[in-house]
Amino acid sequence: MASISSRRLRKELTEITTQGCPVGIKLLNADNFETWLFSIEVLGETLYQGEVFKLMFRFDSQYPISSPAVQFVVDNEFQAPIHPHVYSNGHICASILGNEWSPVLSVSAVCVTLQSMLASCKVKERPQGNDQYVRYAPDNPKKTRFHYDGKHHRV
Amino acid sequence: MSSDYEYSDDDIDYSDEDDEMMDTQEDGSASSDDDMDMDAFNEDFKVPSKAMRKTYEIEYDTLTQTAVEKAMAADIEHISGIFGVDASVASLLLRYLSWNKERLIEKYMDNASAVSISAGISPPSRSSVSSSAAPIRSHSSSTGGRSSGGLRRPTRQTPGKSRSPTPASVYPDAPSAAPKPEPFVCPICFDDSQTSFLSLSCDHQFCAGCWGAYLTSKIREEGEHSIRCMAEGCAIVAPDPFVRSALADDIPTWERFQELVVRHFVASNPSLKYCPYPSCTHTVSCPVAAHKSALTTIVPIVSCGASGTHKFCFGCPIEADHRPVICSVAKMWLKKCRDDSETANWIKSNTKECSQCQSTIEKNGGCNHMTCKKCKHEFCWVCMGPWSEHGTAWYSCNRYDEKTGVDARDAQSKSRASLERYLHYYNRWANHEQSAKLSIELYSKTEKKMEEMQVTSDLTWIEVQFMKKAVDEVEKCRTTLKWTYAMAYYLEKGNEKELFEDNQRDLERAVEDLSELLESQIDTEIISTLRQKVTDKTVYVQKRNEIMLEDTAKGFLDGRWSWNVSVEGFD
Repeated sequence: MASISSRRLRKELTEITTQGCPVGIKLLNADNFETWLFSIEVLGETLYQGEVFKLMFRFDSQYPISSPAVQFVVDNEFQAPIHPHVYSNGHICASILGNEWSPVLSVSAVCVTLQSMLASCKVKERPQGNDQYVRYAPDNPKKTRFHYDGKHHRV
Repeated sequence: MSSDYEYSDDDIDYSDEDDEMMDTQEDGSASSDDDMDMDAFNEDFKVPSKAMRKTYEIEYDTLTQTAVEKAMAADIEHISGIFGVDASVASLLLRYLSWNKERLIEKYMDNASAVSISAGISPPSRSSVSSSAAPIRSHSSSTGGRSSGGLRRPTRQTPGKSRSPTPASVYPDAPSAAPKPEPFVCPICFDDSQTSFLSLSCDHQFCAGCWGAYLTSKIREEGEHSIRCMAEGCAIVAPDPFVRSALADDIPTWERFQELVVRHFVASNPSLKYCPYPSCTHTVSCPVAAHKSALTTIVPIVSCGASGTHKFCFGCPIEADHRPVICSVAKMWLKKCRDDSETANWIKSNTKECSQCQSTIEKNGGCNHMTCKKCKHEFCWVCMGPWSEHGTAWYSCNRYDEKTGVDARDAQSKSRASLERYLHYYNRWANHEQSAKLSIELYSKTEKKMEEMQVTSDLTWIEVQFMKKAVDEVEKCRTTLKWTYAMAYYLEKGNEKELFEDNQRDLERAVEDLSELLESQIDTEIISTLRQKVTDKTVYVQKRNEIMLEDTAKGFLDGRWSWNVSVEGFD
């Protein structure tokens, strides 16, 4: 059964390499079917002009039935975008990564959605209770049960 | 209903049995005639359930898993009949509105299509409910005719296309479509060897393997009873026959799914509650306790019917008998004990209060000259009087009887009074709990005694059962007593409380007497007197317990009790 996830990821990777990523998104690393890294920037006039972020996808054998674990990478080089749905450790509160995930969604689809989440941002600020969340957050954001309160957190 | 009856019946059996035992020994004394009458009474009137029910017992029913499923099926059938829809559709509608039939009927009559859309039965664009159409469409790979397309546009498959519902077997567009239709590939796994495809009424097709994995994950991992289509943003919910067939041979998962639906049914129904005991599958139906407002007048202790020990409260999470006290007071008391008892004990033995600002102070070393950190008041730890009066006697206090010191200690004891009061009730509460726990020990001791009796006297095993009965009764009464202390702690001072405490005292005395008797040594000669004594005391204790429970329960019904704190539901 593990072959579903690798077959699907192989297919996605082929599409990405043959047809290219969506605009503003670059594949950094996809050496295996467990972790993929992308760089993501928001083009056009947005609050994040000129900023580049690094996005990490982690897949389990249940992908795409279960959603991938997606987060911004925070390291020496990259920071998480300052956004009301992005915690400073890079965890993202987005319903499509949680209860609204659909197996027909794909890695590029998630990238595009996150791009538009950033693009539509009006105020650069951290989510409420960021410090408290970050202090006790699990390594894998999928282990967090985010509460998607209305359209506020829905992207 | 039946269980109430059994319950009270049980009590009657108990006394009868005792009496019968006496009869055999005493060879028909005067009292036996009365007992005979009682028996005759019971034989003649086997339906006195309502009249026999005591105030502290409530009406409830116990249901097996099958009975619950039947009740659920009846609701589904009812809705299915009224609306003229399939049972599977009726089930989804009910799940959507949390099994509230009245609300569903009202809403459905108001706007059937809106309800069907929200419940995930029909896609938004279709105005009429196509419930009669087969919920499952199976497609073979050659008839699909749609290419998988790019993955990048997730919004591609919007369920907006308004196609007329097509019967499962006929695909009018297939022959007339492009000359060589591309083989359909499942957009999830891209496995082109898959040949079996399924879709819900929204026509989003996926291969059977992906459906199976998806449903299994939703059922096993997320415990869902309403599973939506896999397509992004599609709100169509998979009806039960679809789930069943998509799960194919995975019977355990299908059974788990059915269980989830039943659990949802029980959880949605305020007059049903699962027995909280591990791996017990019984359900209790208790309509009189379904509304929170009822919990100020009744204490709905129920027993699930699987076992007499599965006793729990229908109204709150306490998994034991907490009569006679009502749920909200019991909860308040338990919370107080959890928060306070250990702390209170420690404070009592290790601290004193500043005689000026009442701050609690722990003396952890140093001399007796205390300076309150908060108000800077200087005082002597020994006599509690102001330090200024101590002159030069820096390290010792010989002024215990000075007036200021006495006054300070008076104030101290007043502020300690509330703590003392709490500990008074807590210690008695804890004592009875502890003693009730020790009853297991008492059981084995008693059992030994019973064996002893058999050997030393000419009583049979059946005839020495009175010891066991007595132990049972003691345990039961200690539970009652325990909770009366929780109740008394919150009862407002006055005549009512005094009467309550009189009853409490009488019960307590009776229980302690009987307890003592059970612990006493057994002499061969006095066994028959002991037996008489124990039996009499057991009956008496039982009566006292009944009075305690009955009077308190009546008090709740009459609104006789008032509290010294604000209690939920009381003004």
